[in-house]
Amino acid sequence: MIDFEPTPEQKKAIKVAREFAEEQLRPVGRYYDEQEHENPQELIEKMWEKRQEDTLALGLDVTAALRIEELCWGDAGLFLCIPGPGLGGAAIFASGTKEQLTRFLGHFNEGGPKWGAMAMTEPACGSDTSAIATTAVRDGDEWVLNGEKIFVTWGKRAAENDESLVVVWATVDKSAGRAGMKSFVVPAGTPGMRVEKLEKKLGIRASDTATVIFDNCRIPFDNILGNPEVKKLDKSQTKGFKGAMATFDATRPIVAAMAIGVGRAALDFVEEALKNEGIKIRYGTPRQKLTALERDVMEMEAHYKAAKLLTLRALWMMSQFQPNNLESSMAKAKAGLAVTKITQKAVEIMGPLGYSRKHLLEKWMRDGKINDIFEGTGQINMLVTARRVLNYSRDQLK
Amino acid sequence: MISFSPTEEQQMIASMVKEFASDEMRKIYRECDESGEIPDSIIDTAWKMGLISSNIPEDYGGFGGEHSAITASMIVEELAWGDLSMTIHILCPALFSYPILEMGTETQRKKYLPLVCAEKYTAATAALIEPHFGFDPCSLLTSARPDGNEYVINGEKCYVPLAAEADFLLVYAAENGSSQGFIIEKGTKGLEISEREKNMGIKALPTYELSLKNCRVPKENRLGGPKGCDFNRIMNCSRVALSAMAVGVAKAAFEYSRDYAKERIAFGEPIASRQVIAFMLAEIAIEIDATRLMTWEAAWKLDRKEEATKEASLVKAYSDDMAIMVTDRAVQILGGHGYVREHPVELWLRNARGFPTFDGMAMV
Ligand SMILES: Cc1cc2nc3c(=O)[nH]c(=O)nc-3n(C[C@H](O)[C@H](O)[C@H](O)COP(=O)(O)OP(=O)(O)OC[C@H]3O[C@@H](n4cnc5c(N)ncnc54)[C@H](O)[C@@H]3O)c2cc1C
Repeated sequence: MIDFEPTPEQKKAIKVAREFAEEQLRPVGRYYDEQEHENPQELIEKMWEKRQEDTLALGLDVTAALRIEELCWGDAGLFLCIPGPGLGGAAIFASGTKEQLTRFLGHFNEGGPKWGAMAMTEPACGSDTSAIATTAVRDGDEWVLNGEKIFVTWGKRAAENDESLVVVWATVDKSAGRAGMKSFVVPAGTPGMRVEKLEKKLGIRASDTATVIFDNCRIPFDNILGNPEVKKLDKSQTKGFKGAMATFDATRPIVAAMAIGVGRAALDFVEEALKNEGIKIRYGTPRQKLTALERDVMEMEAHYKAAKLLTLRALWMMSQFQPNNLESSMAKAKAGLAVTKITQKAVEIMGPLGYSRKHLLEKWMRDGKINDIFEGTGQINMLVTARRVLNYSRDQLK
Repeated sequence: MISFSPTEEQQMIASMVKEFASDEMRKIYRECDESGEIPDSIIDTAWKMGLISSNIPEDYGGFGGEHSAITASMIVEELAWGDLSMTIHILCPALFSYPILEMGTETQRKKYLPLVCAEKYTAATAALIEPHFGFDPCSLLTSARPDGNEYVINGEKCYVPLAAEADFLLVYAAENGSSQGFIIEKGTKGLEISEREKNMGIKALPTYELSLKNCRVPKENRLGGPKGCDFNRIMNCSRVALSAMAVGVAKAAFEYSRDYAKERIAFGEPIASRQVIAFMLAEIAIEIDATRLMTWEAAWKLDRKEEATKEASLVKAYSDDMAIMVTDRAVQILGGHGYVREHPVELWLRNARGFPTFDGMAMV
């Protein structure tokens, strides 16, 4: 039955996340934006506590999306500091064996705060993930990793905090193309893995975006996720690559949920400001009678709603074990664009209040933009959507 | 619990309607647009599906099914995928009967609901839009003034579907500044129906201007009696219905232009293999899905009898824009071939352009 009512547990999750956002994230969001790279240690400990209590647990489902919207309404950069298995965990979920799931994630919730990063992007390739140059060479009971990964979210935290992990994508056989792409779990502190640089960014400055170097980095053989075999004869065998893509089906709607939260924050700001000025948005009034301002706000609200519903649908499908590759790309494409439009329009509408660093709105515009870039740019998600609706292979539509 | 799956029953109804749309409507819609006429036979066939009567309680001659805006949205979408003119023609009696079903007095329900449960299609309609710039359903120029046991109604209406054919009209008029509905029977003195309108689109659907000159109706013909009607809800039902129609029309244009783009070769490759074309189609697909979900959400609010003005008016405006974006691009994707009447996309563009104008289509 079609239903848009969250369950009582989901309502509670929303409420708890909103409270946390209001009390813990909003008050310090500006500070950590300005003090880029300063670690919010105290906050992280609070987050870790809440996570362990399960009030900030972030799975890959509708409840997670509802929570994430609230948390990113609070602060998207700080949201990305919340300890947890993160994108690394998602990759392990998508491609790992049962044994690996237990080994790598079974105790993740115990002990001190830890993170799971996912390193795919390299200096020479981002969108074209199949072109990665990082190599993994087998040496007896070990894999030897060599290469440079950039833009790794949680890169520093995951590489340097005890019991954290980095899932790194590398090729075991360049000549095998996509079939040679495999992912490997590198535990924090493994010799040969080091963080070289932290990016300075437009937004989400509280989030660490790191360059991680693998220099003869040795990991146990069974840290390879999924099947270690490369079927050389059959180049169409692209299981490793498919593992990467399956991860995206799960994580794209999650990024979309982040976008929605930032969009909601900007919309609330605008609506609150208008209310204080005694300006009411007259829903139900014919469009030709509305002011340009009302039309703008309504359009922003509609984009927000469109993005949110597409996102919830993509995650709901996943919980029903329905393939959601098309729907998650749709959600991500729409949400990335929606948050960009909403926040940029909000800054425009608010004039001096929008542009000033006295208020958070300008920050949200900077923060929101990332959602149209990571986990597949807007264009890449349009490409996936287009291939799906046209039933085209990647060769038929490049 | 948040869920996006229609019930089995909804899926059944939708697929039955889809079959009808594809087997019957799609066979003749071009002819109908050119001739301006819809054959009675197809309206009768549609009528036999009981799309309206199934929602009317047994006491009034219906099948007693639950009246749901979500289900109706699905039906409307499938019909509009077939053809918009026929959709409005087929469901036109709902414009009259659904407000009576929801808000009418017992006498009104007893008297008028059996009509839409009859074996044969009986035209009934509603008149809302007025022929002037700045038309606003919430401040109508058509007025209703109480006078003894009667109301005296004055004003002008346009885009009234099947006004000449209908035995009963629900006319919306301002009474003390609030919009109310009044049931007017054919032949009432002062009710004058002009010649059939000529519109850019929905050409197969007869629509009319009409004027009301000191038209007197008995007091008991006020929709809902002394309590009146929840006009806002009627408008929201209309917004949801029109959004569902827009989704249907857009889906038709999307499918056609997508298939064409895969067939049409230019510079040695199907045009769909170019990103400019492929991305247009991707955006279309995204926006259609988004609009459908927004339509369902607004319909869901209506079904829960909750205030839905925000959701309904948001999706209405969004779907107006979406439909024109989609159908315009469909024409563009077909190039010159999209401009000629051998292909349907120009028809869908003309029909879709009407959505911002259409109003008062409370057929969910
Ligand atoms: C803050 C931040 C955090 C990140 N976190 C991570 C992380 O945790 N892990 C990780 O692996 N990566 C991460 N990334 C990397 C991110 O996923 C990539 O930046 C992104 O995928 C784009 O790759 P690129 O920057 O190399 O751009 P490019 O691939 O060079 O693209 C440049 C432009 O070309 C367009 N383009 C590329 N190919 C096509 C095509 N076929 N058709 C049409 N247009 C195309 C793109 O849309 C874009 O507009 C992060 C990036 C940032 C900025």
